[in-house]
Amino acid sequence: MNQNRDKKEYWASFVQRWSGVVLALFLPVHFWVLSLALQGGEVLDGFLHWTDVPLVKFAEAGLISLLAVHLLGGFRILIIEFFRWAEWQSNLIAVAIGGSFACGLLFLLRAF
Amino acid sequence: MTNRLEIKLWLAHRLTGMALGLFVIIHLITMIVVIQGGLSAAEIMERTSSNILVVIFYGLFVIAAAIHGSLGLRTVAQEVLSWRGSSLNFVILVFFALLCVLGMVAIKGLVL
Repeated sequence: MNQNRDKKEYWASFVQRWSGVVLALFLPVHFWVLSLALQGGEVLDGFLHWTDVPLVKFAEAGLISLLAVHLLGGFRILIIEFFRWAEWQSNLIAVAIGGSFACGLLFLLRAF
Repeated sequence: MTNRLEIKLWLAHRLTGMALGLFVIIHLITMIVVIQGGLSAAEIMERTSSNILVVIFYGLFVIAAAIHGSLGLRTVAQEVLSWRGSSLNFVILVFFALLCVLGMVAIKGLVL
């Protein structure tokens, strides 16, 4: 597979795999933060206040971009696996990249 | 691991991926909409507390994400680390259980 590094499909597979790993490992942290609400609103607010800084907002935008690229890349895989191949499907990698950037930027625009 | 089980796990990964497609689109839109003006515990709880639809939606979301994320990590561990067999399956099962428990605790925190 490493011989195909000059092909966009190789990098689509690479991004799909490692974005999935990052998102899966982030899930326990995400759930733990939300569960702080059980200890009272002020505990959750304390954490949310800590996240209200530019660096964390950029990190959150990065996670949103990863989620969007994994979502759109996942749609691409499902379409390739479950439908007959058609030329337009080769554009789905560009759609995934564009959609991912759009989601991240939209989040940043609204967060600041 | 029998081939039949591997096929079932592959199908489970794909089916949960399809369900997550819908859940993640809703989650992404929600995040981009609510981030404006910052987040607060009171604002989050106002939307989620005592809402049975939140329990159903996020309950299914957590289960689908736990299955999809665990099976994805299992595949990566097999292909990247060449880690196979019962030790891998045990670690993945523990991770799956951890995600289910933490996810349900998070929903409890947001709804109760």
